[in-house]
Amino acid sequence: MVSAEDLAIIRSSLGREPTDVESACFENLWSEHCSYRSTKNLLRTLPTTGPDVLLGPGDDAAIVRFSDEWALAVSMESHNHPSYVDPHDGAATGVGGIVRDVLSMGARPIALMDPLYFGPLAKEKNRYLLEHVIGGIGGYGNCIGVPVVRGDLVFDEGYNGNPLVNVVCIGLVRADRFITARVKKPGNRLVLIGASTGRDGLGGASFASRDLSEDSEASDRPSVQIGDPFTEKLLIDAILEMAETGKVRACRDLGAAGLAGASSEMCSTFGGLIHADRVHQREQGMHPVEIMLAESQERMLVEVDPGDVALMGTIAEKYDLKWSDIGEVIEDPRYIVRFHGKTVADIPIDLLCTEAPLCEWKTAPYNAEKEFVRPQADIKELALKVLSHPEVASKSWIIEQYDHDVQVRTVSLGGDASLLRIGDQGLASSCGCNPRHIFLSPYAGTANAIIENAANLACTGAEPICIVNCLNFASPVHPDIYWQLEQCIRGMGDMARKMNIPVVGGNVSLYNESDEMNTQIKPTPSIGMVGKCPVLHLPVPAPGWGLALAGETGEHFGGSVLDAVTGCGGSAPVTADPGLVTRIRELVRSSDGVAVTDLSQGGLLAALVTLSPRARVTLGGDLFTMLFSETAGRFLIAFRERAEIGDLPCTIIGEAGGDTLSITAGTQSLVLEQGAISQALSSLSKIMRIE
Amino acid sequence: MKFAVVQFGGSNCDRDAAYVLSELCGVDTDLVWYKDGISPSYDAVILPGGFSYGDYLRAGAIAARTQVMDDIRRHVKEGKLLLGICNGAQICAESGFVPGVFTINAYPKFVCRPVYLKVETTDSPFTSLYREGEIIQLPVAHKEGRYVTSDPLPSELLRNKCVAFRFCSPDGQVDPEWNPNGAALNITGVLNEQRNVLAMMPHPERASEKVLGSDDGKRIFESMISYIEQHG
Repeated sequence: MVSAEDLAIIRSSLGREPTDVESACFENLWSEHCSYRSTKNLLRTLPTTGPDVLLGPGDDAAIVRFSDEWALAVSMESHNHPSYVDPHDGAATGVGGIVRDVLSMGARPIALMDPLYFGPLAKEKNRYLLEHVIGGIGGYGNCIGVPVVRGDLVFDEGYNGNPLVNVVCIGLVRADRFITARVKKPGNRLVLIGASTGRDGLGGASFASRDLSEDSEASDRPSVQIGDPFTEKLLIDAILEMAETGKVRACRDLGAAGLAGASSEMCSTFGGLIHADRVHQREQGMHPVEIMLAESQERMLVEVDPGDVALMGTIAEKYDLKWSDIGEVIEDPRYIVRFHGKTVADIPIDLLCTEAPLCEWKTAPYNAEKEFVRPQADIKELALKVLSHPEVASKSWIIEQYDHDVQVRTVSLGGDASLLRIGDQGLASSCGCNPRHIFLSPYAGTANAIIENAANLACTGAEPICIVNCLNFASPVHPDIYWQLEQCIRGMGDMARKMNIPVVGGNVSLYNESDEMNTQIKPTPSIGMVGKCPVLHLPVPAPGWGLALAGETGEHFGGSVLDAVTGCGGSAPVTADPGLVTRIRELVRSSDGVAVTDLSQGGLLAALVTLSPRARVTLGGDLFTMLFSETAGRFLIAFRERAEIGDLPCTIIGEAGGDTLSITAGTQSLVLEQGAISQALSSLSKIMRIE
Repeated sequence: MKFAVVQFGGSNCDRDAAYVLSELCGVDTDLVWYKDGISPSYDAVILPGGFSYGDYLRAGAIAARTQVMDDIRRHVKEGKLLLGICNGAQICAESGFVPGVFTINAYPKFVCRPVYLKVETTDSPFTSLYREGEIIQLPVAHKEGRYVTSDPLPSELLRNKCVAFRFCSPDGQVDPEWNPNGAALNITGVLNEQRNVLAMMPHPERASEKVLGSDDGKRIFESMISYIEQHG
């Protein structure tokens, strides 16, 4: 339902009562999901331009230059609520939607990344959600032949009842051939291609913009769409063939708010006239509200000159796809819907698409840091607990379910960032954020998320091109949540400006709280970052290679994995200095005798296990702090010769080799056998794999 | 010499196979939409990986019943080469070109990872450039790849030298620990009796360049090219 306040605005603008179709259009297009009512003013502060940005935020995907010949289409979305209600189909259709966002730019989708956030796996419900979300992403992505090359996985009580399923898609398009979603000329036809429209996913945009109530699973299930990856694959091939003809003037995916959303936003440069009865339908007797708002999957809308409609039809039919000529671009800035000749909606198009009233929310800062209490357990026991935390443990159970090699571009999935080759150049990708840190320190935590993703890219020698994001938060009605949102966006913008990386797109998912579980999520400004590098062969450290630690270690246990497993509390990391990231990138590019990983969840301990699980290490300072603190902006470097690392500011801490991971600091020491390490790292597979 | 890579709706490794053949092996290769049929001018046909018809019903079952398969049956009958990779292998089995079927993995989830294969025979147009017993590394990516056969039995297939590849350890031990899908006797590449059809689950086109981790798979295509050169 449209709220009373909104209805008053609509009434006074139209000078009459809205029709049922008009009300449904406003309810969905004025939802948070479509109109960013709570966040628009904050999002405006982000740096969105740069020499390589060919098309910034506002379209289905952003376009950034990759080389003289190629550009990338990059987009990020969430499919959180549907993935809780129906994990397999919710996650699958999330993939389908983001892939169509990239496809609508005329780009071939070449890679996916999936940052995921779940409640702890001790709960059976969370294991069920994880299993089927992974199955949904894999089932859809594998079938359409787009490799999932990267992900992130975070566990926290706040995600009980509110799992987050975010997805990034990257596409490849000739730099001078991309298509936008803005119509070009009155008189041009609008052609709908793909699956028939049924009653599925009605009101999805408004569904996504409210919290999940107690009985949401049962009653909301009809709002979750079912994906058909086979049709999506046909649609990809058909749309790319249409784009290749050079005759597609504009193109848009039908996502949130269905045909009403796609056609009105697409036509908002002029005006649009839609004949709802001409839409090819899967069910009998559909009402125009249903036809306009259904979120049936695997549908695209293209604008073509009247003379090119038949050509589009021929291509659609080659792929056994249905199509219909459903309307036209009109000069008058109105959005008109007719149904069997009768006008069922006629509204000013700007009112619908751009004039949703903005929300003002109160803010209230908080301090959630707890005083640090040193855990009493033996250091070895703590080390193994940290390594077996599923965020640190091996993700092979997940990775193997994704076809990450299809399209023959995947050079490496990487320890830190994935690497694809595009011609003779490398495309590096990274995603994620650390919600526990961000909860304790929203500004610094988000700034550090930018640094960490850039650090991941630097480990493959890549320079960032752009950032996309997915801002997942609880309800902005709470002043402390709106404060988080404001702080996070400021932290993101400031660090993006400092590092000169444009933020080119994203989405916002609010109201992630659950009455059922009595939870709200920690602030989760999930980041996707892509970068460019030479295709380097990154070596594996051999016995005898030196090990060095770059960056200062402070006492930052708050929000660490150690905190997650012991509840030790402490301060969250402060904003790091991004200067080291550039030095590391140059180092990786200049030498084939170095291998680098950045320090993130699990601190130095996890980094050592990743880069050099057999090593003899001697540390200055306190062993406990050095191993478990998660101070941001640090790197572990393995080098063949001391000369390889030149004058990089760092401390030599030991060398690779031996039978164990043996770490000493003053009189304290820790020795981890290989068996114990692999045992700990296999925890996620052991929990999830039921033979 | 001319190769055809057949594109069904839902094929997704078609362009990869065509890229390897034309760009890396330098052979004239056409991508052929299944509705257009396979003309007799092709020396070899590749049925690529993917999810033809979304794997609905059974993987490969619907594609095996399309009209283009009549052309491919004629092509095989003439003794020309047919390579089925992954979904293509499932189509070969569903079409009866090779014995047995590829069914759902023992651990019933999709599995994508590099595996080691032992070359069981070099006496075929697809494997002549390997050494007998050679260990090669190729990736697998499938959910329905567990090979089973009752007539002939897996052991008979082996004895008749109709097995091209078996999963093995890095040093060539063929044991269940190194079998990613539970296939009978670790079999994952099957030849027909005439030895002009090979159906295999691993992806040689994904292992044809060192930069992607391995070029061990390229010799399958090169063996085919060399066979066609010799036999016209």
